[in-house]
Amino acid sequence: MKIRPTKFLITLFALIAGVVWIYPFVIIVLNSVKTKNGIFANPIGFNSFTTKNYYQAFQQLDFIHSFWNSLIITVGSVFLITIFSSMAAYALARTNSRLNSSIYYLCAGTMLIPFQSIMIPLVSIFGKIDFLDRTSLILMNTGLALSLSVVLFYGAFLGVPRSIDEAAILDGASTIKAFFMIILPNVKSMTGTVIILNAMKIWNDYLLPSLVINKDGMYTLPLKMYYFFGETNSQWQLALAGLVLAIIPVIILFVLLQKQIMQSAIEGAVK
Amino acid sequence: MFTRKYNYWLFIAPTLILLAVIIVIPFIIGIFYSFTNSNGLTASWIGLKNYQLLLSDDNFLESCWLTILFSLLSVVGINVIGLGFALLVTRSDNYFNRLLRTIFFVPNLIGGILLGFIWQFIFIQIFQAFGESLDWSWLKGWLSTPATGLWGLVILFWWQMSGYIMLIYISFLNNIPKNTIESAELDGANNQQIFWHIKLPQLAPAFTISLFLTLANSFKIYEQNLALTNGGPYRSTELISMNIYNTAFVNYQQGYAQAEGIVLFIFVMLVSFAQLYFSRKRES
Repeated sequence: MKIRPTKFLITLFALIAGVVWIYPFVIIVLNSVKTKNGIFANPIGFNSFTTKNYYQAFQQLDFIHSFWNSLIITVGSVFLITIFSSMAAYALARTNSRLNSSIYYLCAGTMLIPFQSIMIPLVSIFGKIDFLDRTSLILMNTGLALSLSVVLFYGAFLGVPRSIDEAAILDGASTIKAFFMIILPNVKSMTGTVIILNAMKIWNDYLLPSLVINKDGMYTLPLKMYYFFGETNSQWQLALAGLVLAIIPVIILFVLLQKQIMQSAIEGAVK
Repeated sequence: MFTRKYNYWLFIAPTLILLAVIIVIPFIIGIFYSFTNSNGLTASWIGLKNYQLLLSDDNFLESCWLTILFSLLSVVGINVIGLGFALLVTRSDNYFNRLLRTIFFVPNLIGGILLGFIWQFIFIQIFQAFGESLDWSWLKGWLSTPATGLWGLVILFWWQMSGYIMLIYISFLNNIPKNTIESAELDGANNQQIFWHIKLPQLAPAFTISLFLTLANSFKIYEQNLALTNGGPYRSTELISMNIYNTAFVNYQQGYAQAEGIVLFIFVMLVSFAQLYFSRKRES
């Protein structure tokens, strides 16, 4: 084998790109443990160390509370999305009629409507019946996510042989029970994709929660982060510690589920 | 399983009801709103006046133009970088492939608000610091001029989306049969020829998917815009979503804002139909 200098250069280039790409994270973490004066004097060097920023940011973010709000809203929404969209997709995939395909296209078609085109009437309707809280946020998240999830499940159910339906019926279980016990486990990988895609989106969402939730104590993490950032008043050391705290849960989840998360990202786009 | 009508409707009812209540009904009411001068409390019918006003509203037209410019810069950059990354991390016998894939993808996990604040720090503090220590004046004062503000948002979006688009290209690159490439190598094709004549044509569907995915995402961008520049300086980075939001919830011109929302919907529809057209055309 001859030595390939181009190959070495390409690898070097790839590594440099990697360093550039991860640098924003590194610099944020680095400055989050520096003092205010340390950042002011030199934001690219390491000249001071303190953990006080984290202590203060944790309290000002009301971290446990905000985290909990984000968690129940995400889990509640994803639970409803998974149940409702898989049921609907299954009925749509197993029925042949003109009405059925119209319903499918109606479901898929609502995906085309951008959120910004419905947010004003949506908030105004729910405001008029005085129903703007975490429960209505969960229902809205669910409604907004159903169309994509139905389309994803629909594709997966088409790949499940109909003979399994018969086995489920022969078993004598009620239809709903049979569906969740026998049919749904056949599309485990798509269930994972639907859960992951929606969880990431809802966890990170800011616009909808900002319109629905207007009471302190109900704020989700991104919402609280937004207000907190305003309060810090260019005290970067606090803002950065808060940012790192807000990023950590996502990174932990990514480390645990890296393969599934990347797979879901592809499936969500390609299907 | 669905021989009985009852079961069929039982399974699709929750979805249909929620879609109706959360999307379809608000959308229909929204069309109605756009013909009124609603301020959130009172409204009266004014016909097409909102749409007529939109055509001569400099702020709105500027937002549309900025959104189109932003989308073009984003789509081109993200796809070039994403494809570049995909090629870099799919070479055989490279020790760093997995690590680099992870690094390139990670920004995609972070929410828009956090991304905006992270990059605010980088543009304002880090760029400034590098600009001073290297004596490069172009690094100073980012986000404080209209051009650097928009480019800041573009760079942020490249950082967020490129790794995601990379994954799509990787999945198509991996689907190219190995022996196709091997036999081309045996025939004496060099790396460049293999890329232009074998890999690139196989990537055509990945291009369609990625282009339209980035386009749709950049049309609707809001949170990054809010957290990075909040539309400033002087509304020079106020993209269409932020314009709608501010018109509706800061100025309370809700009927007018809804007309803007309908215009955005028409944009998105046109893009989606173009996508459908191009992918159908390729398949046939």
